[in-house]
Amino acid sequence: MAQVSLRKIVKEYEGGVQAVKGIDLEIADHEFVVLVGPSGCGKSTTLRMIAGLEEITSGEIAIGGQVVNDIPPRDRDIAMVFQNYALYPHMSVYENMGFGLTLRKFPKDEIRRRVENAARILDIGNLLDRKPKALSGGQRQRVAMGRAIVRDPKVFLFDEPLSNLDAKLRVQMRTEIKKVHQTVKTTTVYVTHDQVEAMTLADRVVVMNQGIIEQVGAPQELYHHPATRFVAGFIGSPAMNFIPARLENGAGALRMHLPNDIVLPVPASRTQRYAPHAGREVLFGIRPEHLTEVRATDKPNIATFQATPEVVEPMGMETLVHFWMQGAEVCARLDPAVPVEPGRPLTMAADLDQMHLIDPVSGRVL
Amino acid sequence: MADGNVVMARGMPAAVAPPQKGTLHRIARRRSTLAFLMTLPLLAVIGGLVAYPFFYALYLSMLNKRMTRFVGIDNFTFLLSRETFQAVIWQSVLFAVSAVIAKALIGFILAHVLHALPAKGQRKWRGMLLVPWVIPPAVSTLAWWWMFDPSYSAINWVLTTVGVPPVAWLGEPSWARFSVILVNVWYGAPFFMIMYLAALKSVPDQLYEAAAIDGATGWQKLRYVTVPMMKNIIAITVLFSLIVTFANFDIVRILTNGGPQDKTHIFGTYAFQVGIQSGDIPLGSAVSLFMFPILAVFAIFVLRDVTRRNKEMTG
Ligand SMILES: Nc1ncnc2c1ncn2[C@@H]1O[C@H](COP(=O)(O)OP(=O)(O)O)[C@@H](O)[C@H]1O
Ligand SMILES: [Mg+2]
Repeated sequence: MAQVSLRKIVKEYEGGVQAVKGIDLEIADHEFVVLVGPSGCGKSTTLRMIAGLEEITSGEIAIGGQVVNDIPPRDRDIAMVFQNYALYPHMSVYENMGFGLTLRKFPKDEIRRRVENAARILDIGNLLDRKPKALSGGQRQRVAMGRAIVRDPKVFLFDEPLSNLDAKLRVQMRTEIKKVHQTVKTTTVYVTHDQVEAMTLADRVVVMNQGIIEQVGAPQELYHHPATRFVAGFIGSPAMNFIPARLENGAGALRMHLPNDIVLPVPASRTQRYAPHAGREVLFGIRPEHLTEVRATDKPNIATFQATPEVVEPMGMETLVHFWMQGAEVCARLDPAVPVEPGRPLTMAADLDQMHLIDPVSGRVL
Repeated sequence: MADGNVVMARGMPAAVAPPQKGTLHRIARRRSTLAFLMTLPLLAVIGGLVAYPFFYALYLSMLNKRMTRFVGIDNFTFLLSRETFQAVIWQSVLFAVSAVIAKALIGFILAHVLHALPAKGQRKWRGMLLVPWVIPPAVSTLAWWWMFDPSYSAINWVLTTVGVPPVAWLGEPSWARFSVILVNVWYGAPFFMIMYLAALKSVPDQLYEAAAIDGATGWQKLRYVTVPMMKNIIAITVLFSLIVTFANFDIVRILTNGGPQDKTHIFGTYAFQVGIQSGDIPLGSAVSLFMFPILAVFAIFVLRDVTRRNKEMTG
């Protein structure tokens, strides 16, 4: 029983900075939830309020059904993994991992059993006598996780645990964290600014921006049905293209007027949804992977138009081309076999079943 | 030198090195040789100011009173056989050890209090608490002397107004010992405070946060995080302060001049009395050299520990 509930959580630092502006979030038992957002959006602050390291200005946090606002960190039964690991430099790996249990007066053989068990899960059994200084970044990371695992707490909290590792190790440890969670199934709140990490690890992703929650959802849901322009642009790499457009009702059908005199039809399946917005300026959003060269396909709503690539980036498995439409940079992902060169016009195909229309004023996806 | 060898080995692999160049040439090419040459001026200064006086004192301590004859360790055995000197050893140890412990404790507590203050107030208090350490001790000790003075004692005046009988601060042996220790602590505690404050500031906040989550109370954080993280600073400050306190001269000289009945003499003041005032320079040198072996052994152990911990923890 360890759900975590945040109810109308506000955090205001001295000097009036509102880092978190009233967020609500229910995290289920055994769930792996990732808070993701740009730097400074209030992720760490939120996590630290759950841990009890930061006072809650207003609102209520409950862990396992118990309101913990006035309970100090040591009595919240949580474990945290910090970005710089925060291992005790004067203690061996074994002592680092067992410290929490020692303080809680666990019997020695129980501590040994738990530490050795965690060391086995993390494959650090041969490092137990070392001091943190004698470990590599990846090993320190494992020890920090081990320290959390041995406690068998109600909740794991991670604050950007992989940010200090190099790219290769980061991918490896990502898999490791997922594996550990599948083994121990402890409720987990994980903070990162890296959307790939968020998508790959999370049962549910919480996208934050400027102290508020933009959207909560499963990774696939955020990818296919972003609720706001921010989420649409934040999830996915390379990011979604946003092209200014005007929605018009002409000859009984909805059309989008894009720059460069390009006119695209709105698919029949969307007409009902978009009809109320006819005549308005909107943003036409489409991901680079849905903007390709013309291919033989049975997809029903492919529209084509001419564009002139200005930058071509061969990636090996694909080729990225960039072109500009009235100030908006547009990126498309092409089959590497297609011959492209900068300045030579090309026919592009847009999969309109994957398009989004966004209200440029409110930022909401229509 | 080890470093020099490594450089050599890398610079001239055996297979490539030209066979048997001049040894002198090779030595000159070593980086360690160059480093040695560049530190030579400093080594000369240290030699002149530290090594020469030390060996000269050692030489003096092995002469007879008129400095005409070499007597070996006779001066030392003579000193050890005298009750006054045995008392001086005991008094020096009592003075240095209790003063250093008190300074370290008070400095530790003050550092914690300062560290807990908000940044704005901290500067002001830090400055004020450093004052005793900044005033030349000869001057401040004179002020203390006035406060202890039998007829004008400000401290006694306060005591009598609250109904406590006056104390012969410098006249009664145990009070006199207490007074010299008190003044030494007053003068030396700020040094510990500032060192410990710097050490406290260098402990990453996240360690305390990790400890809080691991379940540590305030005391447990102090015991399991702060103190172990400060061990090196504590060891070095205690060692340094012990050496300086054993060598103290001015405070005792001004406050009590070793009295009453030699009960507050320590090595420094006793050496001065024997060597300069009574004119037996060799015997005075012997007194001043007495602590050297003990402190040297102590220093070696402490510094070895510090180096080991440093290797294990930093980086
Ligand atoms: N101790 C603090 N005092 C004042 N402002 C802070 C403090 N910590 C964080 N902030 C501010 O709160 C906002 C959110 O910070 P944080 O939660 O660390 O962001 P994130 O982890 O998402 O990068 C930032 O604007 C930051 O400047
Ligand atoms: Mg952060």
